[in-house]
Amino acid sequence: MTRKKRRLMVLLLAGLGLGTATALTLTAFQDNLVFFLSPSDVIAQRPPAERAFRLGGLVEAGSVERVTASDGRPSATFRVTDGPNTITVTYTGVLPDLFREGQGVVTLGRLQPDGSFRASEVLARHDETYMPPEVADALRRAGHWNPAQGAAPPAASWNTAPRQPDGRSGG
Amino acid sequence: MIPELGHFALALACVIAVAQSVLPVVGAARRDARWMATAVPLALGLLLSVGTAFGSLLWAFAVNDTTVANVVANSHSAKPLIYKLSGSWGNHEGSMVLWVLILALCGAAVAGFGRNLPTALKARVIGVLGWIATGFLLFIVFTSNPFERVWPPPMDGRGLNPVLQDPGLAMHPPTLYFGYVGYAVTFAFAVAALLEGRVDAAWGRWVRPWALGAWCFLTVGITMGSWWAYYELGWGGYWFWDPVENASLLPWLAGTALLHSAIVVEKRDTLKIWSVLLAILAFAMSLLGTFLVRSGVLNSVHAFANDPARGVFILALLMVYVAGAFAIFAWRAPRLAPTGIFAPISREGALVVNNLLICSIAAVVLAGTLWPLFADILTGAKISVGPPFFNTATAPLAIPLVVAMPVGAMLPWKRADLWAALQRLWWAAAAALLIGFLSLAAAGYPVWPALGMALAAWLVAGAAADIADRIGLLRRPSQAWRRALSLPRAAWGAAIAHGALGVSLAGIAGMGVATDTLVQLNPGQSTRLAGYEWRMDGLSDVTGPNYRARRATVTVLRDGAVVTVLRPERRSFVVDNQTTAEAAIHTNAMRDLYAVLGEERDGAAVLRLHHNPFAPWIWFGGLIMAFGGMLSLSDRRMRVAAPAPKGATVPA
Repeated sequence: MTRKKRRLMVLLLAGLGLGTATALTLTAFQDNLVFFLSPSDVIAQRPPAERAFRLGGLVEAGSVERVTASDGRPSATFRVTDGPNTITVTYTGVLPDLFREGQGVVTLGRLQPDGSFRASEVLARHDETYMPPEVADALRRAGHWNPAQGAAPPAASWNTAPRQPDGRSGG
Repeated sequence: MIPELGHFALALACVIAVAQSVLPVVGAARRDARWMATAVPLALGLLLSVGTAFGSLLWAFAVNDTTVANVVANSHSAKPLIYKLSGSWGNHEGSMVLWVLILALCGAAVAGFGRNLPTALKARVIGVLGWIATGFLLFIVFTSNPFERVWPPPMDGRGLNPVLQDPGLAMHPPTLYFGYVGYAVTFAFAVAALLEGRVDAAWGRWVRPWALGAWCFLTVGITMGSWWAYYELGWGGYWFWDPVENASLLPWLAGTALLHSAIVVEKRDTLKIWSVLLAILAFAMSLLGTFLVRSGVLNSVHAFANDPARGVFILALLMVYVAGAFAIFAWRAPRLAPTGIFAPISREGALVVNNLLICSIAAVVLAGTLWPLFADILTGAKISVGPPFFNTATAPLAIPLVVAMPVGAMLPWKRADLWAALQRLWWAAAAALLIGFLSLAAAGYPVWPALGMALAAWLVAGAAADIADRIGLLRRPSQAWRRALSLPRAAWGAAIAHGALGVSLAGIAGMGVATDTLVQLNPGQSTRLAGYEWRMDGLSDVTGPNYRARRATVTVLRDGAVVTVLRPERRSFVVDNQTTAEAAIHTNAMRDLYAVLGEERDGAAVLRLHHNPFAPWIWFGGLIMAFGGMLSLSDRRMRVAAPAPKGATVPA
């Protein structure tokens, strides 16, 4: 095989590999990108029920209720808030160790026809003072915290931060 | 006093590293033997000073010196000594010192063992290692000083994150770092070869042990990390495609490709430019991994506390090293003219396919890992890319790779007969089909796990067929044993590592048919899962060395006979004010029974129970793979790294 032919072959193979990888990445992106939405985003955008997304905000104080699902499995419901808006979340599973009322939480799941959110995963981090950046961003967008006024207040105090009067808050 | 000594040693190391970056490289360019000769003492001096710094840090943790801010933040007097010591590298500052210590160790190893390296190449390699050490030492001294003092000293430290108090995780970072830093050495060899303008078979022979050693450590490190996630995080999963996990997988993939392409450089004196590029990429991936973990730009389940300033510094280092290396590459690579030629159907052809597929997988993983970052910067959208993406995008590339593996290993160098190789693999193919059919029909597995099982059988049987073929087990059985003993260890190592991937794959396929349930049980109540009866006997209080725990006693029965008693716990760490779930696992090597205790409700325990078939095989496979690599590393060919005369015939 001549050098020219071989070089062409290697280029062709490399192009094939790169092309396949790109095609695979793009198709997989199309179906599997998971967006992060705050409760206000959910109210505004109404994402379709078949699309999974991540919902994040603060666990409203006093909203966590431990219930038994219809199939006898232990589950929990709680409300996730960003101040102006609140979404009820149902989760069947063991809540993470750092799940606390009044703290930031990120959940993965789908919107139900009744407007509640069914979570398949609840994420909380190993560090109790940690505020997920998306949640901090959502709270800032909802007007709870202005970055111009300095660093974010500690996570535990978020829940008692001043709310807008029409917030459907329970705590 | 000791912490000041450590701080001084770090500053001294910085100066030595600067000298190491300049003197040997300038000496090599001017062909000045005296300047080049500074490389060895400088590398040893660097090791000595960084070693002193790390020793001082260990001492500060061991005696719980609360005047050191780092100790206060990460340790506590009530911790067992092993976790006090492991706490020294369980935090950001300490882990960076460990990183540089391992780098200095590798530099000293090149200086000490590389006696038959040409002087100029050795001086350049040590010089490039000096560039890397300088960058990271500056990073430590300016942004992450581990010896910062606090005054007045607090009464005691704040403790180590309880999730990290675990023997597996105590050893996880050092192992991973040996892997990452090992690629710094192959990187140094690549840049040195570019400066030299010469890459030959001898270069391949020097690089391969380092690539192989780094690969073994990285394999063990990833295996341990995955195992830790399995038993400690209590989610019953072993791989989450989390950015931090991908950060260790990316250098592993690039390193695996390098490992294979270096064989081609060594044996056939071709694929040289590509190997140099891979060596640069493998280190770039290691640095990217360090950046992702340290900066916290990406959300991760296991991230350290992080600081954007540090992220920017590491990003700058990444840019300087990688862009610099690519610039040298663009400038010098045209001088590395390819000499060997090869036919597409041959072992070197198969290794090219291997490289192509592995690099494509790495590209997909890289895209998926970094995309959220780019999306955030470009459009402000908060996006995450989860396991479904990685599974759908990598599987179509991984399956052909696995199918081709045993075939490639069978092909001889230069020119091969594909059909002959396939004929020697017929019984491996039969075994794969049989296993696939059995899992599908008899065990009732869904399609994907059954395919995984078939591919696992193909890999294991293919590796066995390779060895059987080499020792002539079927042709001349009487001589097989003698031939087995004289077979090079590299051949054994390769077959074992390839088979081990099959073992891991079987475990992964088994996890595809794992079942789990969530139940709320009162004492005495029981539930059924996967043919077992799980009975909750009761809840009790337990006191550990630095925690209090609630423990559930779960008796697992099969047909009325007790299989095991599982005791999952929820531990509350007093000092850290944290709670962790401690999963209880019973394994019999063929399956794991796994129980996690959730909250308690009116005397009843919420339990998550898992039945994971073949789960332990995932990590067994990883360890066997690393063992195969080490066996290959002990091959005579690696130890006698003498330069082959140019143009010498290489035995195929």
